[in-house]
Amino acid sequence: MNLTLRIWRQRGPEEPGAMTTYEVADVSPDMSFLEMLDTLNEELILRGEEPVAFDHDCREGICGACGVVINGEAHGPERTTTCQLHMRHFRDGDTIDVEPWRSAAFPVVKDLVVDRSAFDRVIGSGGYITAPTGSAPEAHATPVPKAAADTAFENAECIGCGACVAACPNGSAMLFTAAKVVHLNSLPQGGPERERRVLDMVDAMDAEGFGGCTHTGVCTTVCPKGIPLASIATLNREYLRATRKGAA
Amino acid sequence: MALATRTPTKAPTPPAPGPPRRRPTTAAGRLWHSTVGKKAVMAVSGLIMLLYLVAHMIGNLKVFFGPDEMNGYAHWLRTIGEPALHHGWFLWIMRPVLLLALVAHAVAAYQLSRRDLAARPVGYAHRGRRSSYATHTMRWGGVIIGLFVIWHILDLTTGTVNPRGQAGHPYENIVASFQTWYGNVIYIVAMLAVGLHLRHGFAGAARTLGAGGRGRERAWTLAANGLALILTCGFLSVPVGVMTGLVD
Repeated sequence: MNLTLRIWRQRGPEEPGAMTTYEVADVSPDMSFLEMLDTLNEELILRGEEPVAFDHDCREGICGACGVVINGEAHGPERTTTCQLHMRHFRDGDTIDVEPWRSAAFPVVKDLVVDRSAFDRVIGSGGYITAPTGSAPEAHATPVPKAAADTAFENAECIGCGACVAACPNGSAMLFTAAKVVHLNSLPQGGPERERRVLDMVDAMDAEGFGGCTHTGVCTTVCPKGIPLASIATLNREYLRATRKGAA
Repeated sequence: MALATRTPTKAPTPPAPGPPRRRPTTAAGRLWHSTVGKKAVMAVSGLIMLLYLVAHMIGNLKVFFGPDEMNGYAHWLRTIGEPALHHGWFLWIMRPVLLLALVAHAVAAYQLSRRDLAARPVGYAHRGRRSSYATHTMRWGGVIIGLFVIWHILDLTTGTVNPRGQAGHPYENIVASFQTWYGNVIYIVAMLAVGLHLRHGFAGAARTLGAGGRGRERAWTLAANGLALILTCGFLSVPVGVMTGLVD
């Protein structure tokens, strides 16, 4: 496959950036999108040019480090992470636009790399439980109803890649925050901080400059882990409940 | 999650911290100052206006039963609550409530929209799939409906712009208004805007108030579509009735 790539190049956070065109030849349909970018970078290095910077780590679709907007869609045309997107989903001769996540809360560091530490601060504000650490607790010490375990697990799948923010027209982090709140608030272990958690995490989310939810639902359609829109409803319910209970 | 596996040569600029936000202590203050709470204000004010619209639409259908029944109904509205309330007081109690709901809805929408637009300062070069028509016309559709309300009050409440404008004769005024081309155009455009606004807004309000959930998403979407369709058809039946000579 021969492809034309238009990639966002930006030397640093304060530098101006632009879409730059590259030709990549002999791309195998079995390559992942990141391997295709590796091929381009090898060529750029051989030519003495600066390689394209992009985030990646596990390349197994479980860490959430990679993530770029491909042809206007977060993680590209398939519902998976960029590392698990294969070139067979493109056609020979295609022109592919590659851009970084765009959000005020995710400033561009370089090229396709953005700083997602805003998510870390949202997690730090309440995405934990208060429990003595050390040896693993006895598994049956705290009974968890099956339905609660299922809901918690479904939401715990969130890998914090930021695709929801990138896809949302408002750059909203509601789905991310919802996944974290619903995960911990569904479980008895998360009970002691149930109200505190949702209020603090929504406050932290707002303080980072993410937009609000307008229910477009695009966050769930791009989420590689399939976090459902219903989680946002649950987050809202938890928030209103905590406000009513007057947790200050 | 953005992992600390790389050491950026230049630390990305964190979002401007600004003065430390003083957390509002009252439940109302907390609601108004968070994106989730402000959205709840929009949901509740929207539902208040929706309840009014349902009653209004049903009342409008009286026009098909002739001038006596329509004008009698309009007179009866002023007698609700008598003898406890003075003549017309019921309407004068309802109007400030509706005005408050409208102002709260519009102010919250304006403030949230400002925030949403600021959350994506740099757009994508490659625009992705657009959301549904109802979803991406919420803001301007709302403005159109707001302007229509002003026109509608001048037309059929005060009679200022009505070709007939005779107090106490709503039936004749309605017929006079819908015998002008502009009366019909303005009304029909506004009612289509109301339908689209409700179609997205009602399901969104359910989610905002935490009523949506696993398996209930579909039910709320169906309810929103049904409600939007019934209200739009109900309202549009009046100008169509005048135009076809069913009402004259």
